[in-house]
Amino acid sequence: MSVERHHLAWALLALAAVAITAYGEAYLSGYGRTVLGFAGIYAILAVSLSFSNGLTGLFSLGHPAFMMVGGYIAAILTFPVSRKGFMLPDLPAWLATAELSLLPATLAGGLTAALVAVVVGFPVLRLRGHYLAVATLGLIIVLRVVVNNADGLTRGALGLNGIPRLTNLWWILLWLAITLLVCWRLKHSSVGRSLMAIRENEMAAACMGVARARSKLVAFALGAFFAGVAGALWAHLLTNLTPNSFDLALAFMLVVMVVIGGSGSLTGAIIAAVAIMLLREFLRPLEQTMNAYGLVQIIIAVLLIGTLLLRPQGFFGSAEPRWLRLGKTVREPEGSAAADPRHRRATAPADN
Amino acid sequence: MLTLEGLDVWRGPSQVLRGIDLQVRAGEIVALLGTNGAGKTSTLLTISGQLRPRAGRSTLEIDGRRHDLAKLDPAAIVGLGVAHCPEGRQVFGGMTVLENLRLGAYLRDAAGVPADLEAMFGLFPILAERRSGLAGQLSGGEQMMLAIARALMSRPRLLLLDEPSLGLAPQLVEQIFTTIEEIRANGTTVLLVEQNAALALELADRAYVLESGAVHLEGQASSLAADPRVREAYLGLGPTAVEAVL
Amino acid sequence: MSGGYVLQQLINGMILGSLYAMIAVGFSMIYGIVRLINFAHGDILMVGAFTALALLTVLGLPLWSVILSVLTLCAILAMAIDLVAFRPQRSAPQVNGFITSLGVAILMQNLGVLLLTGQPRPFNLPPWVKGNLDVLGARMTVLDLMIVILTVVVMAGLVLFVRRSRLGMAMRATAENPLAASLMGIRVNRAIATAFALGGALAGLAGMLWAGRAGQIDPLMGFLPGLKAFVAAVIGGVGSLPGAVLGGFVLGFAEVLFVGLLPPLYGAYRDAFVFGLLILILLVMPNGLLGRSQEERA
Ligand SMILES: Nc1ncnc2c1ncn2[C@@H]1O[C@H](COP(=O)(O)OP(=O)(O)OP(=O)(O)O)[C@@H](O)[C@H]1O
Ligand SMILES: [Mg+2]
Repeated sequence: MSVERHHLAWALLALAAVAITAYGEAYLSGYGRTVLGFAGIYAILAVSLSFSNGLTGLFSLGHPAFMMVGGYIAAILTFPVSRKGFMLPDLPAWLATAELSLLPATLAGGLTAALVAVVVGFPVLRLRGHYLAVATLGLIIVLRVVVNNADGLTRGALGLNGIPRLTNLWWILLWLAITLLVCWRLKHSSVGRSLMAIRENEMAAACMGVARARSKLVAFALGAFFAGVAGALWAHLLTNLTPNSFDLALAFMLVVMVVIGGSGSLTGAIIAAVAIMLLREFLRPLEQTMNAYGLVQIIIAVLLIGTLLLRPQGFFGSAEPRWLRLGKTVREPEGSAAADPRHRRATAPADN
Repeated sequence: MLTLEGLDVWRGPSQVLRGIDLQVRAGEIVALLGTNGAGKTSTLLTISGQLRPRAGRSTLEIDGRRHDLAKLDPAAIVGLGVAHCPEGRQVFGGMTVLENLRLGAYLRDAAGVPADLEAMFGLFPILAERRSGLAGQLSGGEQMMLAIARALMSRPRLLLLDEPSLGLAPQLVEQIFTTIEEIRANGTTVLLVEQNAALALELADRAYVLESGAVHLEGQASSLAADPRVREAYLGLGPTAVEAVL
Repeated sequence: MSGGYVLQQLINGMILGSLYAMIAVGFSMIYGIVRLINFAHGDILMVGAFTALALLTVLGLPLWSVILSVLTLCAILAMAIDLVAFRPQRSAPQVNGFITSLGVAILMQNLGVLLLTGQPRPFNLPPWVKGNLDVLGARMTVLDLMIVILTVVVMAGLVLFVRRSRLGMAMRATAENPLAASLMGIRVNRAIATAFALGGALAGLAGMLWAGRAGQIDPLMGFLPGLKAFVAAVIGGVGSLPGAVLGGFVLGFAEVLFVGLLPPLYGAYRDAFVFGLLILILLVMPNGLLGRSQEERA
């Protein structure tokens, strides 16, 4: 397929996304817009998690923690000064008198989340696989405890409510586009490709040494940045936050999206995110009317285990669909799919 | 004693054995030669039940009874008297020498074990010295002796040996080959995989040469040693004087 | 801060440490033999606790038979999970195993919520177990004493089993080198199933004892203790059984002393402290107190 056709495919997708957003803003109810908005936020989360897990070769469960950081920081920054005084009495003066608009608050939230990721990632990223998973899971718990107890800064268990509803679908679309663009470019850069190619081969990794450790940290922090951004968008879409907004169930949901999409596949992550999000929204009323709480999670858990047993490379492998690849920069190295142990049990990788 | 017929074996997406026919008679030493990646190790792994053939048969005949090895699990194959001393020694590094030897006798009842331990210590005196040391702290050659002794502890009828000379000094290789001769003299049949074709052909009665997963040549060890194709490819020698004249 | 107070804190640390040790040992054993971080391990606590509740209140069985039933049932459950979820993936990358275990954990928790609702239920052991004992002025219940004694007995039995018995040898050999173990005639899957069974039984027992101390149970009760057992196992060195026991006690003491000796203001930060400790340990000594280097596999 020619490069022009690829550009056409991208242009059509972008147009469709803009059209959906415009339609949503103009005609959908508040609930409809919230659902659509969440689909977009989940897509941001899944893409960035798939990106950082794919490139580090490690499995982080920490996105909810970074969302918590980004969400609370941004919400404190945009919160009306008039109410900060009595709701959040312990804020330092410079925060208590600040009332930013959404964009700078979102950026601040994302950057703080990235900073936390660097502090945690520095010791843990050098270790193998599962340590990162448990350390990031621990981070969710640590942050929840901190937010719960720092009453004067966060209102503790009461949660922050009355956050201005500044997020609209356009903001979400913009950030989704930025996330996708940045992750896509980096994934297909030379550093990204070499990280993908050797992600499961620690012997080769050891030869790459420090440079690799630093790229891993950057990939991890970038993932955290977008999670922080998503947290900020979330807070200003839902207008309230509690220490339990970003919990283990959310971490699990994101894992499912990444695994089903195919770890490392960005398009796979988006499709899986939207599909699972919609599945959940459809099933939730059923859960309530049947008084069968837990049913949705059970279905999703079974889906995850089934995928791992029957199609462990996910539905898109670690590659992107061919009709979206642009020019020579986006060619997968031919050997990578075969060398990737994820494909060990595959008869034919889905992506070629 | 062992008959392989038309064995096809796949590992992951690739076929590694293609229609292998091979026979080992009771009391023989049979050598299995071939370049790296020819499929020697895969052949042994199929015999001991670690790999499953897609087609073909692998039959063991013991005491007049025939057993279809492709239908048995690895433990049952060990139980029939097939011991596999794997490539790269694979001793249990965190366990003592004594524990390694006892694991070799895992499927036997305890009665004869102490006597056999003594026999192994007689065969490899260095193991007696190091008996309560960790296997992982033995030298490469000592680990090889331990691996062979561990395989013998199951009192095998058929011993599969995968590259016992790998990485050993020449005298030690000499010693190990002498031991293999002794093992055969004590009534154990041996199927020997070797890179060192010259030594293997000297020791063995018959030999097979594998290439790309198929049997390329087979015959008496002495006639293979004289075969110009073998001499050139595996022994690193030119044609014999007679052929040179012709 | 009186001497009696400190003694009381030490006793509390020992009780909590015993429970952590009992959970961490199974966790570490499973990791040692199949290199699996099993997130679902903690949820077996929950099954153990609910089984005990049913047997005690509905059937009214005596305590010893309840303990035996919990051990058996949780052993079978753990083996079944291994058989269905983990065994088919033995040759897949490690990361698939622990994502699967996360799925199993969520599945078990939500099956619990679906079948039993998320509401906490009171959990009461027979009254005599709740009786108070006086130890040099410090207080502990019969249950607490039982926890400590059971832990010591069980750990000693486990060490003997792994070091001396034939099946224990097979488990150690499999942990070292599954291919070589299989060539010795060891049925590797059976050895692995044994590790799951032992780990599951201990987790179930720990769940019942944990519930006895807490006085109430709910379907999510197992997750946090399970995660903390992972921390304990890391402190001791993942894969090492003595390490897991040691790590359990270290964590138990550290946690209780953190809460007991610092001003009450900090008490709420207990869980944050535990996971902060995890990150610190990973930073300064990733192999734990007794572990071998986790970067290599024999
Ligand atoms: N674990 C594995 N998975 C997939 N293919 C494998 C595996 N191990 C070996 N192979 C392939 O099987 C083929 C035969 O390998 P095998 O180990 O049997 O050769 P060999 O004759 O023993 O070689 P060597 O002399 O190097 O030991 C090779 O092409 C190899 O690439
Ligand atoms: Mg070989």
